[in-house]
Amino acid sequence: MPNRVVNILVPVISVILGLLVGAVVMLASGYDPVAGYAALWNGIFGDSYTIGETIRTITPYLLSGLAVAFAFRTGLFNIGVEGQLLVGWFAAAYVGIAFDLPMYIHLPLAIIAAAVAGGLWAFIPGLLKAKLQVHEVIVTIMMNYIALHTTNVLIRMVANGKETTAPIKETASLKSAFFESMTDFSRLHYGIFIALAMVLVMWFILEKTTTGFELKAVGFNKHASEYAGMNVNKNIILSMVISGAFAGLAGAMEALGTFQYASVKGGFTGIGFDGIAVALLGANTPLGVVFGAVLFGALKFGALNMPNAADIPVEIVSIVIALIIFFVACGYIIRYFLEKLNKKKEAK
Amino acid sequence: MEYVIEMLGIRKEFGSFVANDNITLQLKKGEIHALLGENGAGKSTLMNVLFGLYQPEAGEIKVNGKTVNITDPNVANDLGIGMVHQHFMLVENFTVTENIILGNELTKGGVIDIKDAAKKIHSLSEMYGLAVDPYAKIEDISVGMQQRVEILKTLYRGAEILIFDEPTASLTPQEIVELIQIMKRLIQEGKSIILITHKLKEIMDVSDRVTVIRKGEGIGTVITSETNPNELASLMVGRQVDFTTVKDEANPTDDALVVKNLVVTDYRGVEKVKNLNLTVRKGEILGIAGIDGNGQSELIEAITGLRKTKSGSISINGQDITNKKPRKVTETGVGHIPQDRHKHGLVLDFPIGHNIALQTYYVDPISKNGIMNYGKVSDLAQKIIREYDVRTQGEHTPARALSGGNQQKAIIGREIERNPELLIAALPTRGLDVGAIEFIHQRLIEQRDKGKAVLLLSFELDEVMNVSDRIAVIYDGQIVDTLLPKETTEQELGLLMAGQNTRENVVKQGDKENAE
Repeated sequence: MPNRVVNILVPVISVILGLLVGAVVMLASGYDPVAGYAALWNGIFGDSYTIGETIRTITPYLLSGLAVAFAFRTGLFNIGVEGQLLVGWFAAAYVGIAFDLPMYIHLPLAIIAAAVAGGLWAFIPGLLKAKLQVHEVIVTIMMNYIALHTTNVLIRMVANGKETTAPIKETASLKSAFFESMTDFSRLHYGIFIALAMVLVMWFILEKTTTGFELKAVGFNKHASEYAGMNVNKNIILSMVISGAFAGLAGAMEALGTFQYASVKGGFTGIGFDGIAVALLGANTPLGVVFGAVLFGALKFGALNMPNAADIPVEIVSIVIALIIFFVACGYIIRYFLEKLNKKKEAK
Repeated sequence: MEYVIEMLGIRKEFGSFVANDNITLQLKKGEIHALLGENGAGKSTLMNVLFGLYQPEAGEIKVNGKTVNITDPNVANDLGIGMVHQHFMLVENFTVTENIILGNELTKGGVIDIKDAAKKIHSLSEMYGLAVDPYAKIEDISVGMQQRVEILKTLYRGAEILIFDEPTASLTPQEIVELIQIMKRLIQEGKSIILITHKLKEIMDVSDRVTVIRKGEGIGTVITSETNPNELASLMVGRQVDFTTVKDEANPTDDALVVKNLVVTDYRGVEKVKNLNLTVRKGEILGIAGIDGNGQSELIEAITGLRKTKSGSISINGQDITNKKPRKVTETGVGHIPQDRHKHGLVLDFPIGHNIALQTYYVDPISKNGIMNYGKVSDLAQKIIREYDVRTQGEHTPARALSGGNQQKAIIGREIERNPELLIAALPTRGLDVGAIEFIHQRLIEQRDKGKAVLLLSFELDEVMNVSDRIAVIYDGQIVDTLLPKETTEQELGLLMAGQNTRENVVKQGDKENAE
């Protein structure tokens, strides 16, 4: 079997296996898997509204996935995407509320503010890693909590003690009247273009620039990179900052696109943590992240329809969705069996 | 004819790759049987088949005439097959006894009986003349002694057949002599030995017969006394090999590298290079001879900018490079073939082409304004691959997939292509076979003949003697003597490397000889 066929076959078989095992779980719990999956399908592709909302859900996953993947390519595990996203969200919302500017300045400014905030938030663990060899996983996890509670305090200040800020000015909004009319007033916004552009940006940095060459070299082998005259510490910090900027942009998507405000949160959004799964599903490549984000975003949003349309409890839905992702992540098992099958055929 | 082990027509495949094809190896009782082959020829695969780590696709293994099925290493152990690994498998802060009984502990009512084990180890050690102290800690004993512990480990477990995997790779000349004595003693006591090596001299010295494999195929078995190193080398490589490194007289001119009063500490702050002085002139190869751990690595790391110096100065052609960044040092004209090619020399997961561009990726024409031109990377890679005979499927093959010799050729091509004023070659031929060694030595001599300075660091006395124009002996962080290869002997170098004041020793030995 040619490699290309295997590469396509593996994810397809993975999804089918995941769906089958999910069906078994639904059957065992006394629910109708056909109705369940029909509801899932309709929840994703049912009408123009759900399609719009599905794409809207995918948008921040694209960016959080890119953030994790980018750091990973330099050998760093950025668990702090969640926190970087939260500070990005707040920064974008603050700029969106506090200034009165023409749109061509205001919107880019709000977006850049989010990227800078996320980048700065990630700079700290990068610096600590480079200078003091403090492990980035510990620092980024702790920075998540700091981000959550700090942004909550700041949001209350901006909102004059209330839980939710005023909406952002229209000049800073990613809202799209065109998309709204196309998708029956879903919250789909122009942010999807920014997210897709960032996929290209990541590809460009990694595959076309000397910086990307260095980042990848450092990620694979620090010692050889240092020997070749690269500044390993600089590359570690830079990688974290770029990763954090992607995460901050994910926050901007929520602030300027989906919600148009910032509000006090009782817990994490989960988008940052799911970014780890998105990146790993996509093998940390830009195109792979697109695939991972589409799968993740679509399943997450489509699943919301399963309790309503098929009366399946939320808990079972979570298990089914987790199983599908689990099987996709275990693609190598399927690869292994395909290879065995190949060998047998050759032997015959 | 009694064979203790017969491996008949062994074939082992990995996917479509055939690692062993129709190899036959027959070990007689009480002989030292050498297994000779280039790197990647399939020696380790064959031994792993014998040790039960791999199952052969075809062929038969017989032990003492009976067909056996060695499914895992425990079966091999039970059949009396023991392996002395190249990289010792010892727990540093355990004693000799603890290491030997590890995984095979004698217990009395649930308590380990160390004393009994130590007694047994002591008597084994006496029997084979190993002189190992059962209560010594591994971290306190020399490399040669650690190897004896490995030997004892197999004997303790009842091995009748010992496999030595490249046993002399990390030993000093004196330790090698002692090891050879030990191997002969083992034979006297009725053991049989398979010796894996690509050092022809050792084979000639100790083995009774040699089985040669080339590119996975069994070439045949010859009787050592009826062959010579040249024949063995051509059997192994498949063509005539030139042994004596042919070179003209050196024409050294100005000083290129000047190291003055250099002090370098290791990561714990212990001084490893102590007030060292060294000069390498243009147009000469200066060889540094010494036992591993006498400050060689620290010296080279200090020159190349990978480690900060404590005091002293380093300059290249008059330009001071003390404590300069690695890139600055490279740009001043230093090429460096690093000691550990996997750690420092290559990014193993990068394509070999990227690795060839690893020192020049940031300069025109390979990149402009921070944008890489991967077309130029390929051009450069193809050029080096062609000119330095790097055998690879192409420049996109990951460096990891190349054999050691070809990885090293790529590194050497990369460094020489930049036309450095000083080329530092640290253990450039470690683990390589004769073909590759010959090639690399020629390249070093070429650089010298072009009027460049070459600093060669090696643990192999043969190499130092053959290739260098001058030899500096390093001991305990200092150059203790500088000699000309023609005017010294391996014995003298060996003594100097061990920190003995040679003049005295030479006199003493002379006296003895006279007295006798």
